[in-house]
Amino acid sequence: MTALARLSRVLPSTVLIVLLALVIFGPLTNLLIWSVTERWYFPHKLPLEWGFSFWERVFRPRGNAMESLITSIWIAVFTVFACLALSVPAGYALARLKLPARALIMLAFLMPQAFPSVPIYINVARIFYTLQLNGTIAGVVLVHTLHGLVYSVWIATAAFAAVDRSLEEAARNMGAGPLRTFATITLPLATPGIMASAIFVFLESLDEFTGTYFVGTPDVTTLPLLMFRASMEGNYQIASITALILLIPSIAFMLVVERFLRADVLAKVGT
Amino acid sequence: MTRGSLSVRQVAASYGATPVLDEVSLDVVPGEFVALLGASGCGKTTLLRAISGFVRVDRGRVIASDRDITDTPPEKRGMAMVFQSYALWPHMSVAKNIAYGLKLRRWPRERIAGRVDETLALLKLGGLGERNVEQISGGQRQRVALGRALAVEPELLLLDEPLSNLDARIRLELRHEIRALQKRLGITAIHVTHDREEAMVMADRIAIMHRGRIEQVGAPETIYQSPQSAFVADFLGASNICDLVLDRSDDEIRIAPGPLNTAARVPPRQAERLNGSAHGPVRAHFHSNAARLVSADSDTDAKTLTLFGRIAQSSYPGGFYRYAVAVGGREFVVDSDRHLSEGETVGISLPVEALHLFPHTGNNEEREETS
Repeated sequence: MTALARLSRVLPSTVLIVLLALVIFGPLTNLLIWSVTERWYFPHKLPLEWGFSFWERVFRPRGNAMESLITSIWIAVFTVFACLALSVPAGYALARLKLPARALIMLAFLMPQAFPSVPIYINVARIFYTLQLNGTIAGVVLVHTLHGLVYSVWIATAAFAAVDRSLEEAARNMGAGPLRTFATITLPLATPGIMASAIFVFLESLDEFTGTYFVGTPDVTTLPLLMFRASMEGNYQIASITALILLIPSIAFMLVVERFLRADVLAKVGT
Repeated sequence: MTRGSLSVRQVAASYGATPVLDEVSLDVVPGEFVALLGASGCGKTTLLRAISGFVRVDRGRVIASDRDITDTPPEKRGMAMVFQSYALWPHMSVAKNIAYGLKLRRWPRERIAGRVDETLALLKLGGLGERNVEQISGGQRQRVALGRALAVEPELLLLDEPLSNLDARIRLELRHEIRALQKRLGITAIHVTHDREEAMVMADRIAIMHRGRIEQVGAPETIYQSPQSAFVADFLGASNICDLVLDRSDDEIRIAPGPLNTAARVPPRQAERLNGSAHGPVRAHFHSNAARLVSADSDTDAKTLTLFGRIAQSSYPGGFYRYAVAVGGREFVVDSDRHLSEGETVGISLPVEALHLFPHTGNNEEREETS
């Protein structure tokens, strides 16, 4: 086989890999470059001046970015708790009890994802306005919870369904009442799955934009809102740095989630 | 003192619209080992789960240690169950699994530690206490499950096919170990199994279940030697069936001679089960090991029945020959020391006491699966 023939065989796959890498890493590189740019305008291919002054501006103790990062994290934490408070009992009930309209209930949690979100959030904002929830953290947490319940209820149901019933029966048989059985056997065994759902909810809340935009503004500014505003004003440096900050928890948690979500739990999602 | 007694009275249970238990009654005395034996789907596991409280009974009562526990939740029944899957908690160590029931009983910590060590030693699990239950072998898991159940000193030990997931050698070993422990601790045990030999070897009494009913209860020898129904006879291995005709004259019951069999006298005890209908066609069940091959023209006495047949097939499994003997339309498997060739005419000699006679129920060719 000649070198040319070998090249012609390897070439298509090489080109494909390079293209794929470009699609994935191209925008990220652009983001990275923008975050360390001081001055950059058309028609220059690369920034004219490099520097970290915008990082300094973002991380300034009383800067907008830090404030909205903290707001974002608090909202995400509250959302996780609100979701868990609902999804642990709901997931257990859906996995274990003989509910008549089980499939319908599971579907109901999917509804907010199925409809176009803008009209939903406009209506939510209208209702929240009459309840004086507009522009409050509580209002935003409620909207994020609605959004996060899909993940948390579906995954929690799968996590509970993956716990072998005979393990619960063994505890009952040994003398544990239903509540103690739940606390010492069922919940600990479902915890990895529930942790995974909590992480999904946390990330979803951190990245959520539409709902926060309609319900939260102008009083509540989360990181995605700040990013949106910065890029609307043409301040790409701030927007890029915010985007990079948002990337960190996503990547970190995704690595963790992979450990928590075992195959036997995943196999039960949606069943 | 009737601690450890169990009485199941006319219990009926169903899964949805399907009835599973049909008026089952069973009495167990303290310290007794009773096996519930039957093919899958006969209701034996359901009966065990009704006793342990995991299946709600539709009718009837369950009484343990003189206490009516029919409506008592499982955690208050004072029983300990060994599950078929072992049901060990994977988030706890071996020691924690065993200690769980003791913690619930609010034992002080030192006493729990002492009992856990005792239990581990009793079950030859010394040194495995800190292991995760997923890091030990199947036989060891089985022992941990048994240890967890025994640690709480239950009034009643329930065993749900505890040996079915083990390989043959460990199964044989654990059979004897469980039986020895049960005897030593004087604990009452109910054992569910589909393995005939396991039930015969382990139990004081066997309850044979079929279609949600108990067909017969008795000591292993009793049910083997005098099965009360064709099903029990068949299930316990008396699965060779031949059709005979009885002839009753005065106080004597005789097997009428036919083209395929000689005449023989049936002792009255033998015909008891036929309750009065000891006349006309009957069906006889017998164990293969009761049959002996004889030459077709050998003399017979009144206590022996000889069936005339022809060797259809022969094989040599080692130490003896095994023949399939065709008698009319049926084939029987008979072992013999003698070498015979295929096609040869032979007689199958059966002592009359080895025959289990049941009324001929017409075209009852369907045979229950017995595994």
